[in-house]
Amino acid sequence: MNSRSIKMISILGAAALALAACAAPRPVAQPEQPAEAPKEQPAAPAGGEIKIAILAPLSGPVPTFGVSTRDGALLAIEEWNAKGGVNGMKIVPIVEDSQCTADPAVNAANKVIDQDGVKFIIGEVCSKASIPVSEIANAKKVIQISPTSTNPAVTVGSDGAVKPYIFRACFIDPFQGQVAAKFALETLGAKTAFIMLDQANDYVRGLAEFFEKSFTEGGGQIVGKETYTDKDTDFSAILSKVAEAKPDLVYLPDYYNIVNLVAKQAKEKGLTMPFMGGDGWDSSDLDLTAADGGYFTNHYSSEDTRPEVAAFIKAYGAKYNGAVPDALAVLAYDAANILIESIKAAGTADDTDKVREAMKAINFKGVSGQITFDDNNNPVKSAVVLQVKDGKVSYNTTVNP
Amino acid sequence: MQQASAEQPIAVLSADALSVAPRQSGAGLAWIGRGFLLALAALVVFILARNLLDNPRLFAQIVISGLQLGFVYALIALGYTMVYGIVRLINFAHGDVFMVGSFVSFFAVSRFSLHTWPAVAFPGISPDLSTLIGAVSVIVLSMIVCAALAVVIERVAYKPLRNAPRITALITAIGVSFFLEFFGALNFVFSPRFIPYQRPFDVYAYWIGAQGIGMVTPQTPAPDGSITFSSIFVIIVVASILMQILLQWLVKRTKIGKAMRASAVDKPTTRLMGVNVDRVISFTFAVGAAFAGLAGVLFAIAYPSIHTQLGILPGLKAFVAAVLGGIGSIPGALVGALIMGQAEALTAGYISTPMRDAVAFTILIIVLLVRPTGIFGEPEREKA
Repeated sequence: MNSRSIKMISILGAAALALAACAAPRPVAQPEQPAEAPKEQPAAPAGGEIKIAILAPLSGPVPTFGVSTRDGALLAIEEWNAKGGVNGMKIVPIVEDSQCTADPAVNAANKVIDQDGVKFIIGEVCSKASIPVSEIANAKKVIQISPTSTNPAVTVGSDGAVKPYIFRACFIDPFQGQVAAKFALETLGAKTAFIMLDQANDYVRGLAEFFEKSFTEGGGQIVGKETYTDKDTDFSAILSKVAEAKPDLVYLPDYYNIVNLVAKQAKEKGLTMPFMGGDGWDSSDLDLTAADGGYFTNHYSSEDTRPEVAAFIKAYGAKYNGAVPDALAVLAYDAANILIESIKAAGTADDTDKVREAMKAINFKGVSGQITFDDNNNPVKSAVVLQVKDGKVSYNTTVNP
Repeated sequence: MQQASAEQPIAVLSADALSVAPRQSGAGLAWIGRGFLLALAALVVFILARNLLDNPRLFAQIVISGLQLGFVYALIALGYTMVYGIVRLINFAHGDVFMVGSFVSFFAVSRFSLHTWPAVAFPGISPDLSTLIGAVSVIVLSMIVCAALAVVIERVAYKPLRNAPRITALITAIGVSFFLEFFGALNFVFSPRFIPYQRPFDVYAYWIGAQGIGMVTPQTPAPDGSITFSSIFVIIVVASILMQILLQWLVKRTKIGKAMRASAVDKPTTRLMGVNVDRVISFTFAVGAAFAGLAGVLFAIAYPSIHTQLGILPGLKAFVAAVLGGIGSIPGALVGALIMGQAEALTAGYISTPMRDAVAFTILIIVLLVRPTGIFGEPEREKA
């Protein structure tokens, strides 16, 4: 064997496999699958009807997200109809499969707006589908409220102008960072924090940036900040630095797969300070023994003791064979309620300008917290902090903004 | 050399043709390149020395994590180097055999509780002995499955191509690698999820320092100035060294080892001597894969989150280690792997974590430029 052919073969092979490495799997949260919803076919009552479209990814990469979203929104609509509808009119839901993908979502939006004459849309779940839908809805003066799309671009256009007809029911990513900082400072009494982040992940970076900002503004000190990539398995070098810096808290706002690795290696290095993260920790695949003692911010907890939560869980379980609602179902339920509540406050379902002004002024007591809207049509609401302890995830506290 | 060229005339010819151009560009450029590398080396030594003096404890801690990685890479690199030594094939599916090893142990532990069988079969047995036997059974099972898988791969994908140009077999190896990754990602095989790995035994952390040595627990954290390491680190180092010794003995002292060395030098003549060369090749694949299986289990225990593309980066780095040590050389694989482990850990510790893969592959490029045969490589002779 000639040494030069080793050279060539090696480089060729390494390049090919490096390309393959780019296709690493993304973690996908897998919420519990609620039961199928029965199809709703209510007859139009004398007072007329209001059509509300629900765009949910019932097929595609995240079908369980779609099912939860649909079920949550349908439950809210059913409750309103049982009370006699809104403004004397029956609410008719139109469910479309938008597949968490731009094209099908746009087709579905055009169909419900142009053919069905819908003026109100609940959806989409995924930001990448919600953003193109929001362009169409905003141009046609159709009110869209996305239950779960966290990307800031859903409600704010690329020119920086707010899309007046577009709202969302979930908090956006930076907010979780603020909530975590507030919780760390006030409840945990942390003075110093260490941040670990994946620089290539927008979600992680957004949370980390805003955590750092709020934490330092609140009088805390960031004693270290280290980056890694999503393909890393060995975090011992970073954790050695954490051990040197001795922070009161480590902020790790990544998905559960990274959290599992980091938390386990931290325990083996004898690190005892708590870890904290965001809703990326919320998965049935989170390693509860490794993450023991950690905290994460989330949209809602089924153990929350507020009466709205208990009532919702009871109603959801009764309608869907005892299923426990996940955060997606909760946010869809809240989104539908906010929308219908605004229609009621506006007193009309025909003039969407009145409805959007009513929505802007709303102060709604939802399952996921007290909701008002800020200038960018993002909700100002509380987040819950969950604690991983003794092999389960339990409700710790609610943090108000 | 004669025999290799006869087998793969196309690959060798094209490689020679490619490398003619830089040779003609003059000695002056070569000196600039050499000067640059020397400056780079001086810079690396300077940075390391400064950090060592700055905080020796942190430096030692980082070296320990580098050793842990290095010994895992050494186990994987053995498979690359042995297979290359005997069939002149860079078996890129090797990293994925490593991945299969960790999944086999995952299913053995989580689904079938194989690690607890001694306690179930002999209720009176001491828990420590039970854990030991159980963990060894899990590891042996993974090694056997990986060995069997490698033999199947060799028979199905590589053997029919033994007389084809070498590049054909190489591309097939990449194909096999993709097949294992994406077949494994199917929901009814391993699933594409990141799976939390359940360890067959608990891993403990210890500290060592001026005050002596002790175990780290939530109640008794490591004292200041001490260095921490975990039990899995010790296990990886011991297992890797044992396997190196075992392989040296196997290659140098046994009949099959002699047959392997003979097949590496000259297959037709070896065949004339009455050796079944195909069986020797299968055996080589099986041994390499068994080591990868062992590495897979230890890696999953050390970094307990597994997914189907787990093997890509460790596999590639082990391959770089094998090239660095001199591909085909067994001690070279160990030395190369230890250097790779340190390079990675020190980069992560003193530059930044995302840089470590860049540094790993920069080493590959530098080795290929400066000494393509690697540290232990012998340029003009066939190696075992």
